[in-house]
Amino acid sequence: MFIARIRIMLKPTVRDAQGATVEKALKNLGYEEVSDLRIGRQIVVKLDGQQEQEVRRRVEEMCQKLLANPVIEDYEVEITVAEPTSPSSASRPADEG
Amino acid sequence: MKRFGVVIFPGSNCDADVYHAVRDLVGAPVDYIWHEQRDLAGVDCVILPGGFSYGDYLRAGAIARFSPVMEAVAEHARKGGLVLGICNGFQILLEAGLLPGAMLRNSHQRFACKYVHVRVENARTIFTRAARPGAVWRIPIAHGEGNYFASPETISQLERNGQIVLRYCDARGDATPEANPNGSVGNIAGICNEEGNILGMMPHPERCCDPILGSSDGRLIFESILGAPVGAAGVG
Repeated sequence: MFIARIRIMLKPTVRDAQGATVEKALKNLGYEEVSDLRIGRQIVVKLDGQQEQEVRRRVEEMCQKLLANPVIEDYEVEITVAEPTSPSSASRPADEG
Repeated sequence: MKRFGVVIFPGSNCDADVYHAVRDLVGAPVDYIWHEQRDLAGVDCVILPGGFSYGDYLRAGAIARFSPVMEAVAEHARKGGLVLGICNGFQILLEAGLLPGAMLRNSHQRFACKYVHVRVENARTIFTRAARPGAVWRIPIAHGEGNYFASPETISQLERNGQIVLRYCDARGDATPEANPNGSVGNIAGICNEEGNILGMMPHPERCCDPILGSSDGRLIFESILGAPVGAAGVG
């Protein structure tokens, strides 16, 4: 089991009006030191697979097909192995088969 | 007489207005097409209506573009059939790659719901031939993501090919920055593909086909499709 963490941002050549608005809001709160604030999205998804390379290839396909719009967005993919879930420490009732 | 089909996606909400405008105000035959249909039942013009298909989740139109009906729409377009995308319909056509470019959130970060003016840049398309070139229409918009974007190369191509069909303008017909309700590049409000059989527009023609609603300029789109000659509606 793998976990893919995908970060999607507007391309640097696209004006981020939402980012500019939030930057202004921060400055209004007194954080004069901020600049070039841009907002994107993160998608986290579990994938059933054996090989990281194949998983990565499939995730890249997903990004190109659906998750990101290549006209206006860039994306970055990070793949990690999912932590195995720890077995339950609760004991089963004695009479359960 | 040409037949229309209005696609309904989960979340579409302007389908009934389009249906009513076409059937009752313009007087043309029209059917609904559910997004899971793989066959357009022989309609001449498919309309993708406005709304919030799939809640605008991920990106407006990003999921609707994969609805089963879209394969039939693409095939219909490939064969020269007419496709009209209104608002969310335009967004779906962009995501599907049937029209070039993409939509961004309105530059002022607000949902804009008001009457605007657009200028007919290309009155030779099937969708605008009932208008005079340069005609100024009064037509409402209602969108949060109408900020049309395309690379400079794409924009040059659109300009060269006459693919920019409608541009936001003021009442006098000047395409000023003040007349731009969402920050779209070049005040672009509507574009067509190279072949001219697919039109995407952000404003809502189906909301202004009746003088009681404040404008009848929207009729010109539907009358153009039906083959009305220039000046048929007496306006524009």
